[in-house]
Amino acid sequence: MIRIVAQEVTYVTGPVAETSASQTDAARREVGVAETKKLQRRRAKPADRRKTLEILFFISPALILIAVFMLLPIIQAVRYSVYNWKGFGPLVDFVGLKNYARVLQNEVFTDAMIHNLIIIGGSIALQLPIGLGIALLLNRKMKVQSLLRTIIFVPYVLSEVIAGVIWFQLLQPQYGVIDTIMSKFGIQGPAQGWLGTPELALWTVLAVLTWKYLGLAVILFLAGLQGVPSELYEAAEIDGASWWQIQRKITIPLLGPTLRTWGFLSMIGSLQLFDMVWILTGGGPANSTTTMASFLVSEGTKRQNFGVAAAASVILFVVALILAVSYQQFVLKRDAQPADERIKAKKVKA
Amino acid sequence: MSATVAAGPQHTPTQARRAKKRARNQGGNVVVYAIALVVVALTLGPVLYGILGGFRSNAQLAENPAGLPAPWVLDNYLGVLKNPDFWQYAMNSAMIAVITTVIVVVLGIMAAYPLARYQFRMREPIFMVFVLGLLFPATVAIVPLFILITRDLHMGNTWWGVALPQAAFALPMTVVILRPFLMALPQELEEAAQLDGASRIGFFWRILLPLSSPGMVTVGVLAFVGSWNAYLLPLLLLQGDMRTLPLGVADYSSEHSADTAGVFAFTALAMIPALIFFLAMQKRIVNGLQGAVKG
Repeated sequence: MIRIVAQEVTYVTGPVAETSASQTDAARREVGVAETKKLQRRRAKPADRRKTLEILFFISPALILIAVFMLLPIIQAVRYSVYNWKGFGPLVDFVGLKNYARVLQNEVFTDAMIHNLIIIGGSIALQLPIGLGIALLLNRKMKVQSLLRTIIFVPYVLSEVIAGVIWFQLLQPQYGVIDTIMSKFGIQGPAQGWLGTPELALWTVLAVLTWKYLGLAVILFLAGLQGVPSELYEAAEIDGASWWQIQRKITIPLLGPTLRTWGFLSMIGSLQLFDMVWILTGGGPANSTTTMASFLVSEGTKRQNFGVAAAASVILFVVALILAVSYQQFVLKRDAQPADERIKAKKVKA
Repeated sequence: MSATVAAGPQHTPTQARRAKKRARNQGGNVVVYAIALVVVALTLGPVLYGILGGFRSNAQLAENPAGLPAPWVLDNYLGVLKNPDFWQYAMNSAMIAVITTVIVVVLGIMAAYPLARYQFRMREPIFMVFVLGLLFPATVAIVPLFILITRDLHMGNTWWGVALPQAAFALPMTVVILRPFLMALPQELEEAAQLDGASRIGFFWRILLPLSSPGMVTVGVLAFVGSWNAYLLPLLLLQGDMRTLPLGVADYSSEHSADTAGVFAFTALAMIPALIFFLAMQKRIVNGLQGAVKG
């Protein structure tokens, strides 16, 4: 939907350059008086035409690239989704919404949706408290602070593939290092391995993702903490507030916008989860770690069910859009309001 | 330590109380350092284990998975370094990342300039196009993108076939980061340049570009790292000699699954460029991510 609006925008910018000069008088008489004046003023100045050309010169390359490689494939996805198409020959076998029905009735896909939701919830439930805790602890004058920050950020910079390959080795059943260390404490790892047991695999993937992305949370939270004016801390300290009270009453509320934006990024990232799952489990065992993205890639590339894959990607997009808009509505809305208005609103209520 | 020494007898009550507080924090520091140590161990442990694993033989790894190299074996690393495939993958990764970065930075700054500093009717709607673009990950369009690039544009298995779509999907974030950056440059600069007879394009070229180089470096680093680490798009588009390092690592680890030490060595060498780049550009990456969150 929104992409279509975007397309109109590109079309509209195109003609704008020419209209100002080539508009006929008859057409202009039809427009309101005020509008006519505006147009006359525009015509009077050749500089305006030049300005429009400049704007087009600067913006159109980026818009064209986005139109070809982003907009067009998304429109195509919608088109393919209503055809039964195996990837060769013309699009003739129109099936309407049957692909959508097939996807939504496919237990593998509905389970994949649930897995995505578990990853979204689990990532936030794990990374928010742990990340916040580490950020609060590091947010003090420490000799090694910048070194610690660098170290915590390292997993984020590695590609998911490299992190995944390393963890895959660590998590090997029996002779993997994690099972070895655990057996020294007398604990037996699962016989099929962490990634081979259907009940454990998704949680293991979640743990590896937490390891990979905790650093981002810490870095962003630390940056947000630097925006809290130090006078507030000093004032609170003079008033006798304890460290814990200061964090709870001053730091965390003021960190709100950062936390909420991070939550948004984390949610969008979890919805697209593919690389790590593909490397660690390939979606298995018994489809217990399939995500929406891994479902549509294996439908598209392994089974050549392009129609079904396209329907799945449209559904993935709609889910992402619904989650993004509701997050915007219920969580981020508070940040969009300018601060003084919020205070005013509070005063009115009081 | 120093706080307790500094808290001499001549201090006023408030200062004394503050000193006491500081002393208490100092006591807490032991706990803080202990927690920090655990976090560091958990964070770096797997990475170090992978690097050290490359210095062990498969027999060592099988005998005691949790041990250190004894003796240190260089063969695994030398084997990877002598492997022409490794260099080919590294070359492909580097070229694709460079092409992506150049396109993103050039088109990004060009698009951000009028959106930041021109007044025109379509300005906010066009900016919204970029903001909405943030919501569209390449994953959603991956199957049609694959068809478009391989069949319609005949760019499958080429550097450009991967770099162009990657750049398109990186542009929204780039413009969203760069626009506030360009808006923050003072209006007086532009007026002064106009008085001196510079056109708007002259202003862009001679004043805005040099001044915005920090912002451009930031978005460039983000684009480079994103491309270097990318997996899904190269997975669908590249085969054989054209594969990038992430693909090479994934394939090597599944093809040589019996040679654990070799897999560790290959993986460790593949992550070195990203790590070095990260350490050199750390500040930029962090700034960029923070800018994205604040913006």
